[in-house]
Amino acid sequence: MKRAHAYLALRYLGLLAILAISIGPFLWQFVTSIKGPNEDVFVPDFIPDDPTFGNYAAVADVVPVWSFALNSLGVASVNVITNCLGAAMAGYALARLKFRGRRFAAVIFASSILVPFEAIMISLFLVMRGFGLTNTLTAVVLPGAIAALNVLLLRNAFLALPAEVEEAAIIDGANAWQRFTRLALPSVKGTLVVVALFSFMFSWDDFLWPLIVLSDQEKYTLTIGLAYLQGTFVQNQRLVAAGTIIAVVPLILLFLLLQKHFFRGVGEGAIKG
Amino acid sequence: MTHRPYTPWLFLAPGLAICLLFVIFPFLNMIVLAFTDASALGGGQFTGVENFARMVQDPKFWAAARNSLLYMAGVVPPLVLLPLLIAMLAQKIVPGIGIFRTAFFTPVIASTVVVGLIWTWLLDSRGLVNNLVEALGGSRIGFLTDSTLLLISSMVVTVWRGLGYYMVIYLAALANVPKDLHEAAMVDGAGPVRRFWSVTVPSLRPTMVLVAALSAVNGFRVFSEIYLLSGGTGGPGGASTTLVMLIQSVGRGLTGEVGYASALSVVLFVILLGLLLVTLKLNRREDQL
Repeated sequence: MKRAHAYLALRYLGLLAILAISIGPFLWQFVTSIKGPNEDVFVPDFIPDDPTFGNYAAVADVVPVWSFALNSLGVASVNVITNCLGAAMAGYALARLKFRGRRFAAVIFASSILVPFEAIMISLFLVMRGFGLTNTLTAVVLPGAIAALNVLLLRNAFLALPAEVEEAAIIDGANAWQRFTRLALPSVKGTLVVVALFSFMFSWDDFLWPLIVLSDQEKYTLTIGLAYLQGTFVQNQRLVAAGTIIAVVPLILLFLLLQKHFFRGVGEGAIKG
Repeated sequence: MTHRPYTPWLFLAPGLAICLLFVIFPFLNMIVLAFTDASALGGGQFTGVENFARMVQDPKFWAAARNSLLYMAGVVPPLVLLPLLIAMLAQKIVPGIGIFRTAFFTPVIASTVVVGLIWTWLLDSRGLVNNLVEALGGSRIGFLTDSTLLLISSMVVTVWRGLGYYMVIYLAALANVPKDLHEAAMVDGAGPVRRFWSVTVPSLRPTMVLVAALSAVNGFRVFSEIYLLSGGTGGPGGASTTLVMLIQSVGRGLTGEVGYASALSVVLFVILLGLLLVTLKLNRREDQL
């Protein structure tokens, strides 16, 4: 019994150490962001003498950080919708409809997965220029709008559904679109949540592609806006810190809302006691 | 007939259009461009293997390829091992475990750019880490100003951000390790360390191969961490530039050399595909055991 207590204490000690490593850097960034103009930000002091939220207003004065955030939010939201809908449609056709050319379509999606973005980014920029879309948010959205990986994920989810229900619907005269929206789609909600969460995170996080395709500051997404902020206002670390906190808070809130879905299943079956 | 012959294609049209226009076509075009002297302004004459001949002579290419390989070699071992240890700590359901798990995942939620900027500030010549170094009696270290240290610092950032991500993968795998194996080993008198090597590691081997493959591919593709920690310069004299950074800087802008950047892209693609095939082969061998 004593030994079990000792093990538990050790476990918490380990957990707390990792907690400090994971959260500490964010905390330091936050502390820096609320330090006043008279306080030396280089002094390792975790408790500001005169905490202020003035830097958050100030950062919006030097760069339009809220409009960057709005651009990012717009891009990420569109990405979630197009990925959930477009990938589900394609996945449904691959899993549930019989037609000539199905193998061909599956090969297109499978080979798209094998192409790393970094290898085609320059060539992709030329495609966007051909469409006259460079320096637009449309160009930021389009390449990842319907990711092939999501198509295959949803195809697998649809394949796992039992065939009987749909056969009954066919006899009742339901067409393919009705079967898709009313029967199949509600049955793969779990996979859709995963696709939505990852599409949002991927899009919100994307740095390299917006950096290549956007050139006007007013079109910037939050990621390149922050890099620009750092490059321009490197002398005032309080502002850069405030900008990064603005960028990270919405995501933490979103994750806290969805974390039950996310960790569900992960802990099940774990060794208890 | 359950549907009209064109119905499936209506379902597939948006997805196929995106993949063909923005993945497959650019990919094929990249291969063609790699054999031309195309510039950012368009055009380009067929020049055979000239771009590749130039690459072999280009010290920047060799330095970038070396940095990318070093990066991969540097991040894979810690990313295979450390998240596993954290997952074992976070696996047991104890009061407050949800808070810990969520906290460990926070660096993954925060975007790479946020993480990069936070660490740029931490590793600043007068930053928190250097303050700590000085307090311990050392002298300030140029984490971001020395090209080797810059690479290592970036690796630390990648590993730090990967801890939570791979922890989740390991947590899912640990949940499937049969409980009786541990109990049997305990009855036989095996201590925690022995059980880790004799029970946990063998049953997690496929997951460890997966984590190694994912972190290797991502390590070789590194861009953001080094770009941000070096303020976009790739370190002093560009000495810490990676292959992806080189492609970006060669191909971008009005002076972009699209042909040469495409040739570099072909090399990047071949290496990444090679890594992928090795992984698939390793996985298949696992299945046969």
